[in-house]
Amino acid sequence: MNNFVILPIIIPIIAGMVMVIFRKRIIFHRYLSVCSIIAVGIVTLLLILQIDQEGVQTLQLGGWEAPFGVSMVADMFAALLILTTCVVALCCLLYAFRSIGQERENFYFYPLFMFLITGVIGSFMTGDIFNLFVCFEVMLVSSYVLISLGGTGNQLRESIKYILVNIISSFLFLVAIAFLYAMTGTLNFAHLSIRVAEAGQDGLMTVVAILFLIVFSLKAGLFLFFWLPGSYSAPPTAIAAIFAALLTKVGIYAIIRVFTLVFYHEPEVTHLLIGILAGFTMILGAVGAVAYWDIKKIITYNVIVGVGFILAGAASLTAEGLTGSLYYLIHDMVVKALIFLLGGTVIHLTGTSRLKDFSGLIRLYPGLGWMFFIAALSLSGIPPFSGFLGKIFITRGTFEAGFIWLGIIGLLTSLMVLYSIMKIFINGFWGTDTSEENEKRTTKGLLLPLGILTMLTITLGLGAEGIHHYVDLAVEGLINPGNYIEAVFGTRSVH
Amino acid sequence: METLMSILVGILFAIGIYLILTKTLLRIILGTSILGHGVNLLIITMGGLKKGGPPLLGIEDLTYADSLPQALLLTAIVINFATTALLLVLSYRAYKVLGTDDTEQMRGTENE
Repeated sequence: MNNFVILPIIIPIIAGMVMVIFRKRIIFHRYLSVCSIIAVGIVTLLLILQIDQEGVQTLQLGGWEAPFGVSMVADMFAALLILTTCVVALCCLLYAFRSIGQERENFYFYPLFMFLITGVIGSFMTGDIFNLFVCFEVMLVSSYVLISLGGTGNQLRESIKYILVNIISSFLFLVAIAFLYAMTGTLNFAHLSIRVAEAGQDGLMTVVAILFLIVFSLKAGLFLFFWLPGSYSAPPTAIAAIFAALLTKVGIYAIIRVFTLVFYHEPEVTHLLIGILAGFTMILGAVGAVAYWDIKKIITYNVIVGVGFILAGAASLTAEGLTGSLYYLIHDMVVKALIFLLGGTVIHLTGTSRLKDFSGLIRLYPGLGWMFFIAALSLSGIPPFSGFLGKIFITRGTFEAGFIWLGIIGLLTSLMVLYSIMKIFINGFWGTDTSEENEKRTTKGLLLPLGILTMLTITLGLGAEGIHHYVDLAVEGLINPGNYIEAVFGTRSVH
Repeated sequence: METLMSILVGILFAIGIYLILTKTLLRIILGTSILGHGVNLLIITMGGLKKGGPPLLGIEDLTYADSLPQALLLTAIVINFATTALLLVLSYRAYKVLGTDDTEQMRGTENE
């Protein structure tokens, strides 16, 4: 029992509610949102140190013992992701201060942002599959409003599609939960793990597992990503960046959690399926990224490639593959936020997202140009930036598990990713400057969050040794579900 | 009773999916709503119907009903209600801005 565990969820939701009350005070909104995100970051940092020393931290809400109450569980895997969430959210907020516009600020942008973060952190931390559904909904409902906030034609069109897809996948989630409850009689992750291990994962259970896979794939954009390119290019930059950095990652987290803790008994069916879907996702995403000549489209298709690659590591179910997945997950959250913010800045400066309409940006904006170059290299996993290590571990993991084809697809698609993103660099930043002199727009205030994220991707690459201890601890927890179960139930034996 | 309920859930699912596959926005939203009711009935059926007395202290009975699916159901209904309301408002706004409620005509990226 550790009351600390609830703080990362409580802080942003209370901040959001206070902001709704003081609706007109935008400056107050800004300060409060930044302060609460930093507070969550500090709490999570302390939590990580505590987990490092004392093992997985849990909280049984209301004092109800584990299988009956709702448990919150903070293991190293979740805590690392929450810390990354805080950094990314902070950068997107700083970017939003300068770019989101007064109208959106007046209509609850900051409270909605806080509720979105609450949902994301809640999903990472919950120890109960129904609570996972609730946290998903908290996150999704905020994202519904954020995506349609502003109400332009394009936004409305895309948000209706986005909402419909997510509502239907939420219903499928409920159906899967209902079946799971009928078969096991419990919803607590740790208890589910015990029950499924005891009863054996028979055919029916595997079907339910695949139903869960479909649900999470819809949210993560694993193969079922048809809704993603449209809806991620509709909202303004800061919102698109936080979506790209966090929302798909929550789906990925759910897949990794469920398929390492509960349904890990039939890897030749479920994990092979994840591997095949990941392969298709990478190929289709890369083809899309190469084919388009529109910045927004190129970077949204890169999100899809990233999802496929992370889950290729998870499909291997080996320590190496999962280590790679975690490294790459952290890297991907940082670098996807960075590339979306950079792309948004370019569109803000040139007024168009079509690559053929502008060139020679690096002459006017050298800082922006070099940051884009670093982000591009990092995105495709070139050393010494942060994507490299994850890429190596995932490739080794897939080879070790016998999914050699998957590793090869991963490597080939990284080349295509490099091409697609270099296409933006070469066409947009190099070449002769086509804009007139008086057209120069300001990047003041926009470069700070970009700089933070760029530094972070460099540090994560060069200083990977520093977080290796924590990543190892997280992966150990994923490989041995026993740690998680023991932390939830203590020394009591539960059947 | 459970069998009858399963058939009902199946019928609701069929109607819901049929409506979702039509072109008019309002029908699609009604479809998600009906699908939602089907899901809710499924949850309550999965917990087992009429198994015993209410699980309260002081009530003596041989078996007790499982109260968890009902708690889940309540949460699911509230969420379903909220998203349907949001979707209705949004589709009305989309109709005003885009000038159509036919999903076929909503396609394309022009008229931004």
